[in-house]
Amino acid sequence: MSEQTSSFVRTDMLPAMEPPSSQVGAAKWARENLFGGWVSTVLTLLSITVIVYVVWHLFPWFANGVWNAGSLTQCREILDGATGACWAVIRVNWLQLVFGFYPPELYWRPILAFVLLFVAIAPVLFPSVPRKLLWFSLLYPFVAVWLLWGGTIWGPVLTLAGFALGYGVLLAAGALGTVIAAALTIAVPVLFWLFAMGPLADTLHAILPLEIESVASRDFGGFMISVVIGVAGIALSLPLGILFALGRQSTMPIIKWISVVFIEFIRGVPLITLLFTASLLLNYFLPPGTNFDLILRVIIMVTLFATAYMAEVIRGGLAALPKGQYEAADALGLDYWKAQRLIIMPQALKISIPGIVNTFIGLFKDTTLVVFIGILDPIGRASAIRATSDWQGIYWELFIFIGAVFWIFCFSMSRYSMHLERRLKTDHR
Amino acid sequence: MVTDSEAPKGSFRLSMLLYDSRYRSMTIQVFAFFVLMFGAAWLVYNTKTNLEALGKPFGFDFLFNTSGYDIAQRPIEYSSQSSHLRAAMVGLINTLILAVMACVTATVLGVFAGVLRLSNNWIIAKLMTLYIETFRNVPVLIWIIITSAVMSESMPPPSAFRGADPAASMILWDSVAVTNRGVYIPAPLVEHSLGSISILGVQPSLDAIAFLVVVALSIWLNRRLMAHATNVQNATGVRPTTWWKSLLILFVPAIVLLYALGFHLEYPELRGFNFSGGLQMRNSLIAMWIGLSVYTGAFIAEIVRAGILAISKGQSEAAFALGLQPGKTMRLVILPQALRVIVPPLISQYLNITKNTSLGLAVGYMDLRSTLGGITINQTGRELEGMLLMMLIYLLVSLIISTVMNFYNDRVKLRER
Repeated sequence: MSEQTSSFVRTDMLPAMEPPSSQVGAAKWARENLFGGWVSTVLTLLSITVIVYVVWHLFPWFANGVWNAGSLTQCREILDGATGACWAVIRVNWLQLVFGFYPPELYWRPILAFVLLFVAIAPVLFPSVPRKLLWFSLLYPFVAVWLLWGGTIWGPVLTLAGFALGYGVLLAAGALGTVIAAALTIAVPVLFWLFAMGPLADTLHAILPLEIESVASRDFGGFMISVVIGVAGIALSLPLGILFALGRQSTMPIIKWISVVFIEFIRGVPLITLLFTASLLLNYFLPPGTNFDLILRVIIMVTLFATAYMAEVIRGGLAALPKGQYEAADALGLDYWKAQRLIIMPQALKISIPGIVNTFIGLFKDTTLVVFIGILDPIGRASAIRATSDWQGIYWELFIFIGAVFWIFCFSMSRYSMHLERRLKTDHR
Repeated sequence: MVTDSEAPKGSFRLSMLLYDSRYRSMTIQVFAFFVLMFGAAWLVYNTKTNLEALGKPFGFDFLFNTSGYDIAQRPIEYSSQSSHLRAAMVGLINTLILAVMACVTATVLGVFAGVLRLSNNWIIAKLMTLYIETFRNVPVLIWIIITSAVMSESMPPPSAFRGADPAASMILWDSVAVTNRGVYIPAPLVEHSLGSISILGVQPSLDAIAFLVVVALSIWLNRRLMAHATNVQNATGVRPTTWWKSLLILFVPAIVLLYALGFHLEYPELRGFNFSGGLQMRNSLIAMWIGLSVYTGAFIAEIVRAGILAISKGQSEAAFALGLQPGKTMRLVILPQALRVIVPPLISQYLNITKNTSLGLAVGYMDLRSTLGGITINQTGRELEGMLLMMLIYLLVSLIISTVMNFYNDRVKLRER
């Protein structure tokens, strides 16, 4: 036994050995993510082949791009047989693609309206922006309409005055009970707009002619028209969609069936038929001699179309809410609108954010369909450019530019919705 | 203690119509109904006045007049001497052909892209993300127009296929020719045709019907065979060998029928300045088909991905614990559960495809909108009737698709207690 006491005992730890080279760093990563099994290896090799092929063919095209030329023929002369893009078409025509035929000396107005748009939506999108800016958001539609279309300032001001009037009536008639107050709040401004506004605007204009040069709707075009229709449709379709979603959930059968028929009809027909209705048929449905702006008609139709989809998205959110929430609101003694405003809608809208933003994105992309009724949106402008003798035969450059602009808008909307979902997330899973 | 929730009884006063919640909903509904009826009456009155002022009677008799225009893609017999109704039918069939083609390819593309985006393989997952984000965020109209421009401006003309050393050549063993006038593919033909029958003026070929009937019967027989095998397995514990019986049942009847009919393919051939023989798929069809497929495919990919992610990991772990192989885990455990998440949004994508076929106008595809809602309206000046009829047809098609797909949805839906 005693001999064994002197046997070797290690007193210090061995240093840790390096892991095998296949288990660390790039080798491990590649093994797990690129060559894990023969299917994965084949897919990797296939993907690399595709990427190399595409880059090999596209890189010279991008790298040799010509920016200074007056026509496609000139581009080809400069390229001298080499493959290359002719970005000159964008350089020459980009103002047209953005503004259409809007008078060039007035470009500052749509630009200002566009910049102010971000000021107006900032307090809606980000809670860190001062709340007082929300007043500007409410004012913005009138400012934007005046800046874009121009004309006398009294039209937008008096329209705004109608809303103020309605609010005043609401305060004054509050003692008469909810229903009467609501009816008066709607009726008085509508009567004001229908009968008093026109003469009043003329009088005020005669006294104090404040106006900027007016621009006709037919001069609008390019991305400007897409943004105008898109923003108006987005702003209007959300509240209308909420109303129709509530209508479809309503216990009153007539209200419910009106909502169901409206939603299912709109969702069953293509947008393009509604747009053609706006451009061809509206003259049949209105009193003889009425004629109103084509862009306004299109905004109405696009809004109605998006409203039906929005209503279904929000109905999904309402249905996903546990019944206990409705019962809790009843138990607190809240009336219908208070319950909706304070308890139901905040939760239902939060659930339906992805769907709502998808509808917004769809609506913005669908604004390209106005090209079919003769409005020169970017695609319409691009077709016009392609039809000129200078640029005949060009297509990739134009459509890459247009597609990229749409992509930036839509992709940032979807990223914002993901950000919003994270911000509003209250459950801790 | 018994509480009486009823309001105190008393004589009815007029103000209760507004302030009593029992009557208020009635008041609101009656009011809404009157507003609706008044609005409808106003529209109808305006329409009537306007039509009278224009001297146009309201009616659908124009549908039976001679159309006087040609349609390039005619799946059924049609000439410029046919009626407007016939033109509308051709348009509707073209719409449906395009919708079915695009639905099939978009689904295949979407399932592949959606599954591959979840792949462990980094590079293919990133590639699929790139595909999905690019195509989803750019309007479908741009994809359609780009495809159309590529087809008509970058593809070789038929004359490039001529000569001893042609500039372009046919692909897939000399069976398909891609030209700037369209894609020519082999046409399936039969020698001893059974003729055709006439249903509502459409002449579907009896050969195709016979083929479909035989295939359907084979599939039904095969399912009976499988059910029988399962019964035997349940009773004895041993599953009888079925694979060769299945193959026999599924393929032999169809092959025999095709042989009896003298089935063969007619290949496109260059004659003079153009290809003849085979089937010509025009540029408009190709552009619409590819444009709609790649665009909607990106959406379907996201739907498939969401459906697979919605299944909790415990399900596949449980399946592995039971000793199921990965393939069977997918087929028996994951997919049946994922399908009930996937199918409802998939239905709306199919509806979107059907409605988006109306963009055919951009590339001159003669669908329902371009025939009935386009040339017919322009020639007859009957915008109101034409648009109403067209909206009604689109509505019907949408309702039929959603009914059929909802029926399928009911079958894959989870049976809840």
